[in-house]
Amino acid sequence: MVKGIIFDIKRYAIHDGPGIRTTIFMKGCPLRCWWCHNPEGISPKPDIMYFSFKCIHCHTCVKACPENAVSFDENETQHIDREECTGCGICAELCPTNALRLVGKVVTVDELIREIEKDIKFHDSSNGGVTFSGGEPLFQPEFLEDILKECKKRYIHTTVDTSGYAPTRILEKILPYTDLFLYDLKLFDEKEHIKYTGVPNELIKKNLIFLVEKKANVILRFPVIPGITDTEWNVKGWARFLSELDLSSIQEIDLLPYHDVGEKFNRLGREYKMEVHHAPSDETLKWIKEEFKGLGLQVKIGG
Amino acid sequence: MPVEDGQLIVGLRGTGVKEVPTYPEICVHSMQDLEILNSRQNMPYKVDEETKELYEKEIIPFWKGQAMRDIIFENLPQEWIDCYEAGIWTEFMEQRAPGHTAGGERIFKIGVLDIKEEIRKKMEELDPSDPDYYEKMEELKAMDIAADAILIYAQRYAEKLEKMAEEETDPKRKEELKQMAEICKWVPAHPPRTFWEALQHYWFIHVGVTYETNPWDSFNPGRIDQHLYPFYKKDIEESKLTREKAKELLQCFWLKFNNQPAVPKVGVTAEESFTYNDFSKLNVGGLKEDGSDGVNELSYLILEVLGEMRTLQPNTAVLVSEKNPDRFLIEALKVVGPGFGEPPFFNFDGVIVKMLRQGKSLEDARTSGVSGCVESGAFGKEAYILTGYFNLPKILEITLNNGVDPRTGKKIGLETGDPRNFKSFEELWEAFMKQVKHFMDIKMKGNDIIETLYAKYLPVPFMSLWIEDCVKNAKDYNCGGARYNTQYIQVVGLGTIADSLAAIKYHIFDKKTFTMEELLEALKNNWKGYELMREILRNPEKTPKFGNDDDYVDEIAKRVVDEVVKLIESYPPSPVRKASRRAYFLPTTVHVYFGKVTGATPDGREAGFPVSEGVSPVQGMDRRGIAAVFRSVAKCDWDKTGGALLNQKLTPDLFDSEENIKKLAQLIRTFFRLGGHHVQFNVISAELLREAQRRPQDFQDLMVRVAGYSDYFVNLPKGLQEEIIRRTEHKEL
Repeated sequence: MVKGIIFDIKRYAIHDGPGIRTTIFMKGCPLRCWWCHNPEGISPKPDIMYFSFKCIHCHTCVKACPENAVSFDENETQHIDREECTGCGICAELCPTNALRLVGKVVTVDELIREIEKDIKFHDSSNGGVTFSGGEPLFQPEFLEDILKECKKRYIHTTVDTSGYAPTRILEKILPYTDLFLYDLKLFDEKEHIKYTGVPNELIKKNLIFLVEKKANVILRFPVIPGITDTEWNVKGWARFLSELDLSSIQEIDLLPYHDVGEKFNRLGREYKMEVHHAPSDETLKWIKEEFKGLGLQVKIGG
Repeated sequence: MPVEDGQLIVGLRGTGVKEVPTYPEICVHSMQDLEILNSRQNMPYKVDEETKELYEKEIIPFWKGQAMRDIIFENLPQEWIDCYEAGIWTEFMEQRAPGHTAGGERIFKIGVLDIKEEIRKKMEELDPSDPDYYEKMEELKAMDIAADAILIYAQRYAEKLEKMAEEETDPKRKEELKQMAEICKWVPAHPPRTFWEALQHYWFIHVGVTYETNPWDSFNPGRIDQHLYPFYKKDIEESKLTREKAKELLQCFWLKFNNQPAVPKVGVTAEESFTYNDFSKLNVGGLKEDGSDGVNELSYLILEVLGEMRTLQPNTAVLVSEKNPDRFLIEALKVVGPGFGEPPFFNFDGVIVKMLRQGKSLEDARTSGVSGCVESGAFGKEAYILTGYFNLPKILEITLNNGVDPRTGKKIGLETGDPRNFKSFEELWEAFMKQVKHFMDIKMKGNDIIETLYAKYLPVPFMSLWIEDCVKNAKDYNCGGARYNTQYIQVVGLGTIADSLAAIKYHIFDKKTFTMEELLEALKNNWKGYELMREILRNPEKTPKFGNDDDYVDEIAKRVVDEVVKLIESYPPSPVRKASRRAYFLPTTVHVYFGKVTGATPDGREAGFPVSEGVSPVQGMDRRGIAAVFRSVAKCDWDKTGGALLNQKLTPDLFDSEENIKKLAQLIRTFFRLGGHHVQFNVISAELLREAQRRPQDFQDLMVRVAGYSDYFVNLPKGLQEEIIRRTEHKEL
């Protein structure tokens, strides 16, 4: 059976689609967005996160690591050699205070559907369902397709939260089992998109057109990143692009304000490139909201 | 006979607002108690010199040794006293009288003169050859005297109000006083005819009941939207009342409750339960007697009043049935907000199942409700007396010490064997249940003695007028006169006991991480020298914890509930009231006291720390969100109990849009469909978040929404924490 890797299951998720939802965070993403809110979802392999404030400096991890990848310097600062670390999780298992945490768990479709089933009654009452988020769920296409099919067998409403960066045939495959797409718009300009996310955006635009043509239910999501996505040039670019599409199957657009998550990057030993550390101002959110509203779209701040 | 300025309802238990009488016949405050009450910082009760003198010269010399409390302690066996002192249980009836009931429809349908007539007829019917003839006749006489007393009380108010009306210069107030005088001439002698009369009528009875003794939970009008609606509807139709006027009257009614604080406790037992507020709990919603949707316009008006008044008393319980509209839940959720956890929500369909299981008729089940904290009862027809909190974690401690209480070195339990020799978890379980039975035996014996003493020394003929079928049976409420008689044990520490048993099962017997020897040493030393073991045992990622939808431990919790309920229900009916024995799972605030007397527990809890509260997971151990908590809690079979209390912390963003509130409504509905009994939400305030910054170790479970994601608050960088605090503060404005 196909296995997948997930890094969290959030129950009573109320911002990831209609009703009460169970959100499955799938691990692995082809993008490297500077502002990524879930950097623990980037790598398709298990990661070790280190929460320094929980560490009691017992050095159990140093002794436990089979790769000798963990050490403490003379200031008692912990270092993990990420090159050497295989994500085996032994250190996290033995860490008495959870200062080390293994993120990433390999699961079968069966195991995951059993977890989802625990929440079915919450979905029933509220017209909710399951949302596959990440990471990038389309990065594990076979697993995603299988789990979506299992959900549909059980009449569970399904939502896929995606960057749109995947071969169109994958979207086509999951389309019959996906009730709603949460679809990110980031940078309109190709070069800028490459700079801030690590990948070009042509495919993303193409896939959005594909979904719209197929009349798939879509909620667009626009991360408002100060100095990066909130420029007039970028917003207007997307607005122009959208204005040429048939928006009838696009339910709304959610503006997602940026928050500094540098600490999360630190815990993963990843570099945080963001220079701006503050959230966008209310004025910024307001004018972007107005801009998208002009297209006849319903706009929500947060989501 | 005070009349508060501007009040539209009269009657007070003292000679002024917020005054409290003492009840030396139940328990006598010492001179030292009076001093402490007078001078303490927290909720002081002013005691004047005259009262002190009266106490010193007359009350204490007369009542000392004669008060119920003294009589009870004199009659209870030493083994009971030993357990009580060890903190295995508390005793409800040592400082307050039995009560634990609510008014039913009888109160709103008949007047005192009707009851006097019932009494007269019953006296005629009594058969002199009945061996209980004398007892019954005396009880009926007492009831008749009590009935007269309230008539006189109302009459005096009528006269006083008339006089005040004459002297009043403000024409509006003059008119009000005149109307009030007229009302007091009519009720409680006759059944109320209008909305206003109904409220005044009830209040006279409330004052009577709470004057007579100091009954537990005080008293309450029960299903108030059901009882008052016919009056409201009729008055509105006849243009005698407007919605605004009804609201004003309800607000006046609210103030009557709020202005009547509870009687302060005696001695040092204050920490057992901070019962300085009463527990009058009005009920709204639910079903009608015929099984149809009970929500009416008044239900909504009452929620509105609750939201505006925000007083400590009365509480309002929202009874949720499948038949109620979503709007009802939504309006109730809109009242909940930062710093105001009211109202709590109850699964009314589940309450009906509980009542039917206990043998109540369908109609009596549908007119039942919840009083006190979360206690289901057949309103107006049942004496469901709570007898004491029961400390399960302490009993595990004694089991692990082979019958000895390590705090005192006294052997108060059974010798169930040295746990080091236990070969399996089942052996431990058996030993634990044997100890539970041993202590329950002693507690039940005590309950029987106390019930007998109250029946003998402290009848409540006035309250008996209002609870069916006391007059019909010519029997006092405290002697079994009510239609249904029940006696409850309140079991405390479900989360702590489930986690402790699971920790032993998992780490000692299954994984063999530690030996029993090591664990016992660690507990004995309160984890000193065993810090790493403690970290593992209290770590939800390394040890199964109740509240995370994990069957490993949830099954243990379910088993505890099943077995303890079965044990309690196995005792024969009580000697006087023939009460069946039932279980509640609620702690009020006693989990703090029970924690103080209980040493370190295998779940990683330190000695002296509070045990878990209600049926909530151990503080900070639920890490998978509210849906997982609901699932865990609902796995236990609460239909077998009288109710179980669950508190949940929620962040304000869950309330910040209509869409989110609708989702919360569905969340509650799902919890109840799964079998939950009660949930009350505490909305996280900025202040609490600050507290979490200061003591992150105690707030490991506190989840907040950051942006497109949620995270544990204590895991967030300082800057983000500050931003969330600012956001929360903003929402509180």
